[in-house]
Amino acid sequence: MKLALPKGRLLNDTAAMLDRAGAGIEGYDGKSRSYHLECARFPQLRSRVFQERDIPIQVAIGNYDLGICGLDWVKELLSKYPSGDLMTVRSLGYGRCDLYAVVSSQTGVSSVDEIDEGFDRVRIVSEYPNLAESFALKQRFKRFSVLPIVGGGEVYPPESADLAITTESDGSFADNGLVPVARILTSRACLIANRNGLARADLSELLACLQPIETGEESDAPLSAARKVTAKEVADEKGAIRLALPDGHLSQTAAEFFKRADIELRGYTGKAATRRPEISLPDVTVKVIRPQDMPLQVANGNFDLAITGEDWLQDHLCRFPSSPAMEIVKLGFGAVRVVAVVSGDSKVSDVGSLQDMVRQGLLPRIRIASEYVNIADRYAIDNHLERYKIIPTWGASEAFVPDDADLLIENTETGETLARHNLKVIDTILESTACLVGHRDMLSDPDKKDIIERTTGVIKRGLGK
Amino acid sequence: MKTDRCKGMRDLLPEDMIKFRRVEEVFRRCSSRWGYDEVRTPTLEYLHLFTAVGTLTPGMLGRVYSFLDWDGWSGERVVLRPEGTIPAARLYAENLTGVKACRLSYVGNIFTFEETGKESREQWQCGVELIGPSQPSADAELVTLAGEVLNELDLGQPEVRLSHAGLIKALIGELDLDATEQTHIFDQVLEGNIKALGEIDTGNAELKKAISFLLEVKGNSSGFMQNIKALLGDNITRFEPSLNDLTQIAEYLDAVQCPYQIDVASGRGFEYYTGAMFQFHIDGKRVGGGGRYDDLISLVGGPHVPASGFALFVDPIIDLLKIENPVAPRVLVQTEDSSAECLKSCLGMAHSLRGAGYEAALDHGETEPGDYRWVVTVLGGDRFRLVDQSTGKERELKSAAEVRKTLKGAG
Repeated sequence: MKLALPKGRLLNDTAAMLDRAGAGIEGYDGKSRSYHLECARFPQLRSRVFQERDIPIQVAIGNYDLGICGLDWVKELLSKYPSGDLMTVRSLGYGRCDLYAVVSSQTGVSSVDEIDEGFDRVRIVSEYPNLAESFALKQRFKRFSVLPIVGGGEVYPPESADLAITTESDGSFADNGLVPVARILTSRACLIANRNGLARADLSELLACLQPIETGEESDAPLSAARKVTAKEVADEKGAIRLALPDGHLSQTAAEFFKRADIELRGYTGKAATRRPEISLPDVTVKVIRPQDMPLQVANGNFDLAITGEDWLQDHLCRFPSSPAMEIVKLGFGAVRVVAVVSGDSKVSDVGSLQDMVRQGLLPRIRIASEYVNIADRYAIDNHLERYKIIPTWGASEAFVPDDADLLIENTETGETLARHNLKVIDTILESTACLVGHRDMLSDPDKKDIIERTTGVIKRGLGK
Repeated sequence: MKTDRCKGMRDLLPEDMIKFRRVEEVFRRCSSRWGYDEVRTPTLEYLHLFTAVGTLTPGMLGRVYSFLDWDGWSGERVVLRPEGTIPAARLYAENLTGVKACRLSYVGNIFTFEETGKESREQWQCGVELIGPSQPSADAELVTLAGEVLNELDLGQPEVRLSHAGLIKALIGELDLDATEQTHIFDQVLEGNIKALGEIDTGNAELKKAISFLLEVKGNSSGFMQNIKALLGDNITRFEPSLNDLTQIAEYLDAVQCPYQIDVASGRGFEYYTGAMFQFHIDGKRVGGGGRYDDLISLVGGPHVPASGFALFVDPIIDLLKIENPVAPRVLVQTEDSSAECLKSCLGMAHSLRGAGYEAALDHGETEPGDYRWVVTVLGGDRFRLVDQSTGKERELKSAAEVRKTLKGAG
């Protein structure tokens, strides 16, 4: 029997729940670097720690019999794929998290019914694109687009999106001047199961352990009105251009690069980091978003310039070959290789031997795990790896092989993490560094042309220093 | 490696295609006889074509096949068309607005996700749209045309059931509901749950009686409509325009002796219907439906032009259609001698027969002669054996011309 356990915000409560039921799992404490864990009470139980978002997918495809994750990610999967093998067993009570539709207070919109009126096309960003689409359909928006993002939804409205469907953390709505106009879902940790897993084996003893925790009554926070808006006014003056800077592991090297270019950034890194730092360049406003999300945002004109990895631009172009997002300057820092990886114990040594195994029917359906779903898909097609299935992952992908995937498409800087997980590189798909991304037609707007050229010129000063 | 067809998709085998083509052919012949011109809309449309009209229920839109196209970086989705009328309305609004009475017909597939995969997720429809006329006679034209197609297909007596969206909306309007609740009830009714309407507690006994009366009583003459009007008495005002509409349609159908049943509870279909709605059933199977949708063209960006239409559902019709195994006068050309000369002679014989209008197939060694009425065997030189498999009669002939003459003589 196999159990998928969450990393992140649900980890402590889940570990406590298991401990209380006498089914504590050794090393499930957020400190252990191992992803595969053992349980003394159930020696036959194989547990693995995942990003919460991976868990419904892993259970739905049958890699795991049971899983614990937030209801939000379960609903996100089921709203698009209702007829799979995934089922919700019970709510576990803890880990409440509300999913809201939020708008900027600057729009003056106070109810969800007003949204469709004011916009030609409602631009929605969300980490939950499937729930966002069904919300838009339910609201009967006449015309809308949903841009999926990996995170940082609170920073998009009003300039880069009309509506964000996202969760709140640490006052992120008030800090960004956002007003919730609808509560889409109240999520709590829940126990999920694969129907076939339940049908196949007796899991009753383990199921009996995974019981809800009493959390007491929590009342729903009221929507909109009473919220205090503390964000500074974000002026989107005529002529100003929008620059997106990356959060996460690229941010430190990006900050150093800007320093080399003599560009001052306040509030980008360090303790006082905000998603709207200030920059010493005239007519430029900055927002910090996920590098994965940038190419799509630039293609849509929500940002004029963005600093992301070439890997993410390539992933975007694999999905949308005619996208207007393009590389303007290769910045050289944050170098990674995107590689194809198999288990160190596998007989496969290169892509040719992988193809041989496919031809011989030894791998009837290759499971390819990757954060780069579009690069992975293109790689499988180009290399005739049919039949294959892509398993999207949201981090910690190296733990997927060999149990939960046969092939991994992953980035690596030094190869150390791969080696530590007994993984073997069989192919290098691309070499990537950070780059400045812009829109194909960005110089055709006379109001922005000079600013873009000037800003690009200043950024280039960081090169070669 | 075995590769199955996609879940919820249906293969049409040769015997299905014979029936499919027969349905298409009869539909095209009849609709063209009534002055309808055939059009074809693309399989892909923008999702916002269907959301903009605001007349497909969220439940239905939740089952469309929507996805991002290769250039869909804007996040706007495209769909495999989930129904035929809205694309036809778009086609009209985009290309044909100058035409006063525009009669369009189409044969096309539509896609709706169905969870179990046991029902087909792709369905074929033969539809017509009559854009311009607003009179009940136009609705009567559509009912008569649909009846004509079904009769010509000889499937058994079609049942025509008439209802009226305006009447159902007026009934809902009598209830004390807000706009959202009204839409919700109307959606439920159109999805086939007419009982939802009768279950609402109105607090007005008189009204409740009128509603259940309208939902329960069925009739099959224009006289019935007069009776209804008389029985509704003072309650009639809000229902009168719809009842008059139905009465006139009934009178026209009486005039052309097209049988029908007035059954308000049969109303099913799309939220965009504004007037008469029709359903066609054969042997208890729903084989078609349609209705009047006077507001739709303007909702997709065209002028305000009234319209109505229907679609016949090809899949259940194929299942009802009985075509005796066609004994086509097919000819199999074979030889027992594999010399190049005989093979050439086979090719020449088959070519000559095709030229004379016969279906002639070459036997490459695997063909079952039992599937053919006639078998010509090339014996070498100028000798041919012709066997009529229906009688077992055999003749030896000396040229392709003699074979053709014998076939012609046999009819």
